[in-house]
Amino acid sequence: MSPVSRGFRQLHRAPVGQESRVPPGQYVTEGFPVLSVGPTPHTPLEKWTFSITQWGQAKKSWTWQEFRALPAEAITSYIHYVTHWSKLGTEWRRVSLDTLLDQAGYDAPYVMAFCDGGYTTNLPIADVTGGQAWVAFGYDGGPLEAEHGGPLRLLVPHLYFWKSAKWVRGLDLREVAEPGFSETKGYHMYGDPWREQRYAGD
Amino acid sequence: MARTALRGRLTWQVATVASVTRETASVVTIELDPPHWPGHRAGQHLDVRLTAEDGYTAEREYSIASAPGEPVAITVERLEDGEVSPYLTGELRAGDELEMRGPVGGYFVWEPGDGGPLLLLAGGSGIVPLRSIMRHRRRTGSDAPAYLLYSSRSWEDVIYRDELGQYHDGVQVSYTLTRGHPAGWAGHTGRIDQALLTQVAWPAEANPLAYICGPTSFVETAAAGLVGLGYQPERVKTERFGGTGGH
Amino acid sequence: MDAVDGNAIGGLLIDVFGTDMTAASSTCATCGASRPVAELVVYRQAPGTVVRCRTCGSVLMVFVRAHGAIGTDLTGLASLSQPGSA
Repeated sequence: MSPVSRGFRQLHRAPVGQESRVPPGQYVTEGFPVLSVGPTPHTPLEKWTFSITQWGQAKKSWTWQEFRALPAEAITSYIHYVTHWSKLGTEWRRVSLDTLLDQAGYDAPYVMAFCDGGYTTNLPIADVTGGQAWVAFGYDGGPLEAEHGGPLRLLVPHLYFWKSAKWVRGLDLREVAEPGFSETKGYHMYGDPWREQRYAGD
Repeated sequence: MARTALRGRLTWQVATVASVTRETASVVTIELDPPHWPGHRAGQHLDVRLTAEDGYTAEREYSIASAPGEPVAITVERLEDGEVSPYLTGELRAGDELEMRGPVGGYFVWEPGDGGPLLLLAGGSGIVPLRSIMRHRRRTGSDAPAYLLYSSRSWEDVIYRDELGQYHDGVQVSYTLTRGHPAGWAGHTGRIDQALLTQVAWPAEANPLAYICGPTSFVETAAAGLVGLGYQPERVKTERFGGTGGH
Repeated sequence: MDAVDGNAIGGLLIDVFGTDMTAASSTCATCGASRPVAELVVYRQAPGTVVRCRTCGSVLMVFVRAHGAIGTDLTGLASLSQPGSA
């Protein structure tokens, strides 16, 4: 049994009145932790595309210009890292995945997000539609920095933040739920922070 | 005795803090008194674990600052947005308990039998394991020539300044200050680069053994520089601390 | 957050392998490059710990602490060998 370290205080509590916004097992951070499975990629915007794909083909693709012409909004969300940190009041400029999926058309129960650098993460279509998921290109009033996933990252605030894949380049429509990068290494297939679904078997 | 040594190395134990000594405005050396200490090799590190009352834990690694045979001590730099270092450098005091595990590391180590000539490149708090190596070299009477190049933000940030000024026989110590220097400064300025390495490093023909420790970007630049000078990659040992602190 | 190297996970590797592995020689299953584990590229809090080949960037090892155990994925490694072992 580890002894308590005298005077080491976990100071990060939810602000008064916001306790219900913090899932179980989480601590609140003022910082913006950078979590990465690999080096920050740098795809030039003139080569960048976002695609909805299925069966090895792109159903619809957007260049950066085309993407930035889509309706976007700035919304504040709380984000929850599986590493026990929650960050309240993060402001993102974002495009709804409903916009992208509706334009592409979709008829599949799952998606696999794919990203520069090779990261993937799986999500049910029900969790990325109906106003629950976005792709974000701006943070806190400025462009999304590369180390935080810029130019574009997935944003699915109701699930643990490893599902909000950085450097996202598209969604592949899938018939079957297959595990992405983190999920194959032991993280939960779904990842609901309110049920503390951090690891497989939780 | 062997069984005790094994347990000490692989498992967590609760040490008593023997002393906390300030080195610079943001750096302290913490001497520890662990119940089971198997001894260590120069260059190794310890894992430290803090536990808050609500059960929250945080773990970090710190290089051992003392030489084999000396009481085990770590030197810790306070990081601006750190979680553990502000506690270790600001709150911890003699008599407190500190949970630790070690020593750890079988790669970034030096023993007299490894010889030299030694090239030691320190970026900020990367000086810590190199100081252990330098002390070990002196305590064992090794005649391997050693050159330490220490990159620091400023003269006030140089750790172990007085001690480093006392090395003479077979040891050269030089500094490069990256963010400001005292009037009349005769040392180097600016970050370590190929030009500075070319100037100070042992020639490759001497088959030197290099140890580079500090922030990741510092280590990458220095290691590439030495390989560019013809150093054998297997004789360039690296330890990256991550982040940009200290240099 | 910058990547670190295998030195930083010496303790984790002791938990997994029961002994210090930083001096062990690793061989990448993708490009064949060999180097000490200490010199591999390490991303901590990835989440989990992701260890990559310094030559080609492929993932060599992934460690995830969960349920009191350490999930260990070594599929990217061709081999690991300790110096001086028989």
